[in-house]
Amino acid sequence: MMFCEKAVELVRELQRLSDGQLPAFNEDGLRQVLQEMESLYDQNQADVNEAKAGRTDFIPSIKLRHSCLLRNQRCVTAYLYDRLLRIRALRWEYGSVLPANVRFHMCAEEVEWFSQYKKSLASFMRSIGGGEGLDITQDMKPPKSLYIQVRCIKDHGEFEIDDGTVILLKKNSQHFLPRWKCEHLIRQGVLEHVLS
Amino acid sequence: MDAQSYHPVPPGVGTEENFLSLDDILLSHQRLPVRTECAFPRLGFLDRSSDSEDLPEGTKMELPLWLSKGLYERKRRVLSVELPKVYKEGWRTVFTADPNVVNLHKMGPYYYGLGSQMLHFDSPENPDIAQTLLQTFIGRFRRVMDSSQNAYNEDTSTLLERLDCLEKALFQSGQSGLNGFQSWEKGRASQLTASSLVINYRKRKMADVQA
Repeated sequence: MMFCEKAVELVRELQRLSDGQLPAFNEDGLRQVLQEMESLYDQNQADVNEAKAGRTDFIPSIKLRHSCLLRNQRCVTAYLYDRLLRIRALRWEYGSVLPANVRFHMCAEEVEWFSQYKKSLASFMRSIGGGEGLDITQDMKPPKSLYIQVRCIKDHGEFEIDDGTVILLKKNSQHFLPRWKCEHLIRQGVLEHVLS
Repeated sequence: MDAQSYHPVPPGVGTEENFLSLDDILLSHQRLPVRTECAFPRLGFLDRSSDSEDLPEGTKMELPLWLSKGLYERKRRVLSVELPKVYKEGWRTVFTADPNVVNLHKMGPYYYGLGSQMLHFDSPENPDIAQTLLQTFIGRFRRVMDSSQNAYNEDTSTLLERLDCLEKALFQSGQSGLNGFQSWEKGRASQLTASSLVINYRKRKMADVQA
């Protein structure tokens, strides 16, 4: 047997999903790693006391367990950090309101982090653009025209545009809409940008 | 190129690992043949082939790279690390003769990464190992790059399965650039697209429902 196997499994879980998808938070796995760390720490405490009392031959084992503690710490930190990178990407790729099936994959602390990140981003965006604010999550690809042709991929109900007109977004319907109104719906997979 | 917002921590360069890089963590999980140069009381269970409570000096076993690095000390009273076959003189000669022949995926898959990490263990062969790593990469890189730019015209799968992880990442990067250029040529660069994260979540949802 070898220590730190569970910890590396957590890392593998994420590395497999190279496109940035967020898997469910592995609370169980994390708990097991922390338990192993506690056990290693306790064993080392006991050995350190013995070493101080003269058993210097225990030192190599103490160092080995210490390496394991550091390894577990590294794996857990990398796991949590990489998940935050994925959650941050969701704000940019999806928008500020996450679908339920994604939120269920996040632990309470991660939901809170997302909320704080949203706020930071929003206050930054408000502060630029000459006092009027600038939505930098829009126009991710340089726009070619003000209005674009879109096709509705799934039913989305009524949609109001700036002049008060209400459009019914029914599956397969096509519309000619202002780009800035529908960019986020395209990103969320509700509409499809049709090129002429 | 599909603008991607998820940017994972990349692997380190050369002998340095990046602490938070998932790739480096998995790379350092690889096992190395070692010999203990001192005893490790109460850790006998680490050696599967032995029953003793303590791990005696002189035990030959395999330890993961991360642990080998953690325990190794230049003074050599703790651990001596043996070079994996791929980095020894026999294989080095093969690589020098024709670097393109070798299946680096089978021999690795982290041939360059692990090779760079081996330099931590003060082997007298280090200069030769470093030289071979470099020359092998130089010898193979041209083919990897050319293939990635011709992906539409030829079957690259046989080449791909013989690449190590570093080369694969370079290949994919080249392909992504090629796709981006093609897409721009067709005037598709300005087409707004759904986020790939969204598409994949939906696919997984369908799979969950069907399961």
